[in-house]
Amino acid sequence: MGLDIYKINPEFREIMPQEIIDLEEKATWSEKMQKPRGIKELPETKELLEEHSLCAGCPEAAALRYVLSALPKPEDTVIVNSTGCTSLMFPHIALHTVHSLFGNQNAVASGIKRVLDWRFPDTEKDVVVLAGDGATVDIGLDYTLQSFFRQENITTICFDNEVYANTGGQESGMTAKGQVFKMAPTGKKFDKVPMWELATTSGCHYSVNMTASAPKAVAKAVREAILVAREIGPTYLNIYTPCILEIGLSANEGLGEMKDQDKDRFASYKHVSPEAEEFLAKCKEEGRL
Amino acid sequence: MSKRSDMTNTHNWSGQKLVSTDYLLFEAPRTKHFMTGSEVMKEAIKRCTVDASVSYPITPQSEAAHLIGELWAEGYVGVYFRGENEFGVMSEVAGCSMAGARTVTTTSGPGTLRAMENFAMWSGTRAPMQLCLMARGINSPLTIQPDNLEVQYLLETGMQIWYAENVQELFDMTIAAFTVAEKPDVHVPIVTVVDGFFVSHTREAVMLPDDDIALHPYDPYKAPLPPIDSEMPPGRFLRDPFVMKSNYISYATHASWQWEVRSAVERSRPYAEHYLKGLVHITGDEDAEIAFVACGTASNQAKEAHRELKKLGVKTKVIKLRTIRPFPEKELLAALEGVKHAFVPEFNVVGWLANEVRSKLYGKCDTQIISGPKVGGGMSLPAEAIIHEVMEVVNPGKGA
Repeated sequence: MGLDIYKINPEFREIMPQEIIDLEEKATWSEKMQKPRGIKELPETKELLEEHSLCAGCPEAAALRYVLSALPKPEDTVIVNSTGCTSLMFPHIALHTVHSLFGNQNAVASGIKRVLDWRFPDTEKDVVVLAGDGATVDIGLDYTLQSFFRQENITTICFDNEVYANTGGQESGMTAKGQVFKMAPTGKKFDKVPMWELATTSGCHYSVNMTASAPKAVAKAVREAILVAREIGPTYLNIYTPCILEIGLSANEGLGEMKDQDKDRFASYKHVSPEAEEFLAKCKEEGRL
Repeated sequence: MSKRSDMTNTHNWSGQKLVSTDYLLFEAPRTKHFMTGSEVMKEAIKRCTVDASVSYPITPQSEAAHLIGELWAEGYVGVYFRGENEFGVMSEVAGCSMAGARTVTTTSGPGTLRAMENFAMWSGTRAPMQLCLMARGINSPLTIQPDNLEVQYLLETGMQIWYAENVQELFDMTIAAFTVAEKPDVHVPIVTVVDGFFVSHTREAVMLPDDDIALHPYDPYKAPLPPIDSEMPPGRFLRDPFVMKSNYISYATHASWQWEVRSAVERSRPYAEHYLKGLVHITGDEDAEIAFVACGTASNQAKEAHRELKKLGVKTKVIKLRTIRPFPEKELLAALEGVKHAFVPEFNVVGWLANEVRSKLYGKCDTQIISGPKVGGGMSLPAEAIIHEVMEVVNPGKGA
């Protein structure tokens, strides 16, 4: 059915809010596009995120816009979320999204993906997990890794802000060693968890560590990761989206912080399995990238 | 493995003829078999056109979970895998159910507690899956013995809870449970409980319909919430989402949602009455002044005590509760009319069923509610223990 569900009943058109009408008329759905969707259409088209309730200048909000602009087939994409700052944005997304508990996102996504494959064997339905570092690496680590071990056909995107932001700035496993946060009043005692490496050794066919400083790079990684997950197996993106509030930056300093970290804790890491590499080369030839 | 697209208007993907629940439960000819609870669970699931199941090992439910896996390998169940632990499994089946699948899983004792956060989420999501709980008891010390303490922890999760006494009831309840849970005006999860080992591992005579018939498939598009499959408009694209905000609308939404989940459980009553042929089953002497209120195998032992007490000239009756949520208050009150003493024998140290009976009947009848005998840790509940409790009341200090 896909895109049909965004068509407005003519009887109700008059009373529909403009952003719902815009979804039908001006959003970039894969069915309508000659070329793959991407970041370049953002200024001209209706985004799949309608406003948001995060802090002014929050890099996470920007990163979510890049992610949504790059979904290969949004009309058949389900996004599974967890508790945290991201859960504040989810009700604003024009797709099927799920929030169930804190940390169980990869387990819920596994169930959804397997049933969608069972119920719709002839339709490509993508399942994307999008959660913070607390959900992905601390409370939900077991479920994250187990979904990789089981080779679930899902993409996991971690918005790594290196802190529990929504609960008020506590240390997480992704916090850098030495950093002072709440619950680590004398500084964190152990290293940042190298989640992108764990993803690689746990069976991900595509694993990237990056910041959200370059929109095009984020969009490219999202698109590749989802295509690989659809055809081959689990994929993982670790994207730095700093919590400017908790590290004492102002609203216009998020981008600079990400650029600084491009050379430090988020220096580019990319693992692509041989099968994924072959598949992506084929996708490129076919114009799917 | 089957394909869901193999299904036709008259047959499911494994080639079974689709029939109504009424036909399957009440009309289809049955033949006699000799089976354990785990084996009969397989037979029930086989006839329910089940889309998905996720499993995890824990005694005593493991065999039932293996057998559902065999059904998957034989093409009767669409999706099946082993999860990482019960918390993960209960989230995985939640995903399956949200995506529009008829879903079943099983667990026992400590697994139930490990998974606990999920159960309130299941009912809050209005996901109509079935959990077969083969009750086992809770650590520490480590136990694998039958003991139904974990049921108490499930009472306020917003799920329906039914309790089967024996292998036959487990078969029939499993089929009825999907049907009632999936009614659009109910649509909350359901737990079918049996006592571990006493039912899961005990071989009994059981009457089964043929296995070439099965329930019609689940239709997720009749659900009160859209399934998460991108086939219906998303329900949460909102200008001002109420979640996660501290204002009156968000409070009111959460409060009314919780009331609605509990109302949905209440609305299951007429359906449960029909498919279970009553929320309580009463046996024994109608005019007895002594009654036993029990569920599961405790009611079986109470029936044995009734027979022995009859020989001693003491009239008793057994009121077996088949549903715990919804609680059969009206039926129980009617059955207790004229009863002076009601004993609640149960397989746990707390006496949660006696607490339930007391709180639900408080101020509504004059019957004395006596909690006991209570046995914990998987000890058996011999009829003698029940008789002893009764004779202490009937004939104080003199015993039987």
